[in-house]
Amino acid sequence: MELLQALFVSPFMDMWNEPAFFIETFTKGLLTGVLYSLVALGFVLIFKASGVFNFAQGVMALFAALTLVGLLEFMQGKDMTANHLVGMTVVAAVVAIGMLGLKKVNKISSVQAPYALLGFCAVVGFAWILRTIGLPNYILIPFAIVGTIITMIALAYLIEIAVLRPLVNQELIILFMSTLGLAYVLEGVGDLLWGSDVKILDIGLPTDIYIAEFPFGDVYIEQLDMVAAVVAAAMVIILAIFFNKTRIGRALRAVADDHQAAMSVGIPLKTIWVIVWSVAGIVAMVAGVMWGSSSGVQFSLSLIALKALPVLILGGFTSIPGAIVGGLIIGVSEKLAEVFWYDLHGGAIENWFAYFVALAFLLFRPQGLFGEKIIERI
Amino acid sequence: MFYRESGQFKSSYAKDQAIFPIRQDQIAIVLILAVAFLVVPWFVNDYWSKSVLQPFLVFSIAAIGLNILVGYCGQISLGTGGFMAVGAYASYKIMTSFPDMPIVLVIILSGFCAAGVGILFGLPSLRIKGFYLAVATLASQFFLIWMFNKVPWFHNYTMSQITVPPREFLGVTVTSSSAGPAAQYLFCLGFVVVGAWLAKNLVRGRTGRSWMAIRDMDIAAELIGIRPLQTKLLAFAISSFYIGISGALIFCVYLGTVEASEAFDINQSFLVLFMIIIGGLGSILGSFLGAGFMILMPIVLKNIMVGSFGMAAVTAKHIEISLMGVLIVFFLIVEPHGFARLWQILKEKLRLWPFPY
Repeated sequence: MELLQALFVSPFMDMWNEPAFFIETFTKGLLTGVLYSLVALGFVLIFKASGVFNFAQGVMALFAALTLVGLLEFMQGKDMTANHLVGMTVVAAVVAIGMLGLKKVNKISSVQAPYALLGFCAVVGFAWILRTIGLPNYILIPFAIVGTIITMIALAYLIEIAVLRPLVNQELIILFMSTLGLAYVLEGVGDLLWGSDVKILDIGLPTDIYIAEFPFGDVYIEQLDMVAAVVAAAMVIILAIFFNKTRIGRALRAVADDHQAAMSVGIPLKTIWVIVWSVAGIVAMVAGVMWGSSSGVQFSLSLIALKALPVLILGGFTSIPGAIVGGLIIGVSEKLAEVFWYDLHGGAIENWFAYFVALAFLLFRPQGLFGEKIIERI
Repeated sequence: MFYRESGQFKSSYAKDQAIFPIRQDQIAIVLILAVAFLVVPWFVNDYWSKSVLQPFLVFSIAAIGLNILVGYCGQISLGTGGFMAVGAYASYKIMTSFPDMPIVLVIILSGFCAAGVGILFGLPSLRIKGFYLAVATLASQFFLIWMFNKVPWFHNYTMSQITVPPREFLGVTVTSSSAGPAAQYLFCLGFVVVGAWLAKNLVRGRTGRSWMAIRDMDIAAELIGIRPLQTKLLAFAISSFYIGISGALIFCVYLGTVEASEAFDINQSFLVLFMIIIGGLGSILGSFLGAGFMILMPIVLKNIMVGSFGMAAVTAKHIEISLMGVLIVFFLIVEPHGFARLWQILKEKLRLWPFPY
């Protein structure tokens, strides 16, 4: 009886009695959910285009955030250890390789091999000059962000060459395991380059608390969460336009629909993969920056991948709207359960609760909320 | 020249169905068992027993278990760590509740506990498939670990860490820190040999064939009269049984003291999955090879980097992680079917060697 009351009665009583607190929790859940969706989005993009279940998405977010912090600190002229220097060099080298890659990616740029070397020197030199001049932050931050984006594109190119291309036509589980291996590599390399201590990521996002006044009480919302939500929404809109209106976007959708048919009408599959992984890398960067700004850049950042997985099965592996709606559902239900049903479970449920929510949905729709209908044939 | 089955005629059904039909294999297996049971215990010291042989043996059992589920029945599971924890905590509860129960029985019973939990978490497999199922099994991983940390009954109302009491097998202490390295090694080895023998016979019999039918195409299997419900749940049960026994051995013998969130976290699940992928899906031998590789590789890498090059431990750890990743990707590219396939190729070559034509 007590159990039933704790399960069905008292939480709702609490919600009713404290509407302001309920709204606060609800909003907090929504805003967290937005971040989950952002990570899930990266998964969906890659799964749709290449059928790879990319477990490295979370580590990619960590890697991007680490690179951003590293670049920024370097240009701000902060402490420079040997690791930092090596890190800068490696990033520059990766960027140079990436420029070579861009040349291959169908005339987006016409960089030649020697120019890539030049690009390498340019990146290092540029960062060095910025470092010695000592510009204010609001100029450095865009440079660091652009640098990180280029790094992520280069990374996508490298992944395509080194992992995806040799594993073409393998079974899905093999591809999945290779992304796990990739996650190990990125984690190790990221830590090697930039050190494994917790870093503070400050790119000028507001950190104050916004107070919304209602007749029934005040609702506190962190401004950072609001910014994150706005950025995520913008990201989704940009992606939607990119997918629906541009030439590359149409090619991407064609590949997602049917690899063979897309290839037969002359869409270069390898190029598409690089682009998809780049986009996923940039999405990962946004997620990493948002998450890193609120809780610091550290290893645990890569664990947001594990939070995004239930979102993914809830929404369906192949559905972008599914990732967004799923993220919101998971975010809200998780926060509400954490706060209002606390007496029942005693906390720390955020690791598994989302999975059970997703499982409950899956029992009714095995392909997720918005996933494609699974048709089975003999 | 040496590995050739010509002239070995099978004159009875029993001979044809033998577990190792080829004479050379029989000799090899007897030799390996003789060395493992009679020679190694004399030479094994604490370091070898604790950091090489015991992890290899207990993870081999886990790998066989997961291979039954993933390799033979085709249901991807990422909940291995959770089921190991069930085995470990079940053995702890049984041991502390019934102090007189023989240790072997305790470990087998905890295997059955894990099998029960495995059936429970295998239920979604009837409705969802592929990666949806893989992610769904993560639920068991996170939920079970949380439960063992949160519910005080599981660790007898003390701290969340559990420690094994000393127990004897045939008059020799095998659990807790007072046990000798050889005794612990032999104790694990016994479980491994019996487990592998049972598994090998299971997968080449009727059960194993129905698993493989489900793996290859479940609808077709259903049409020819294999019941998906029973078959899938049986695979989950037996797989979890092995994994539970491995978890119980990890707790009782190998580690002695465990905390659920550290000893059985999600990395263990991935580790065992790596073992069977690199060793070879759908192969008992592959489970052993994969376990050996994944256990030995970090030790070798660490010894080379810290021992030979004198690196700082932290840097070495990071390099080790990235190298592991690189090696995994490398092996997947070179031989996606794992060591078991390499061994098969080698056998084909050996059959003709040294005159391939």
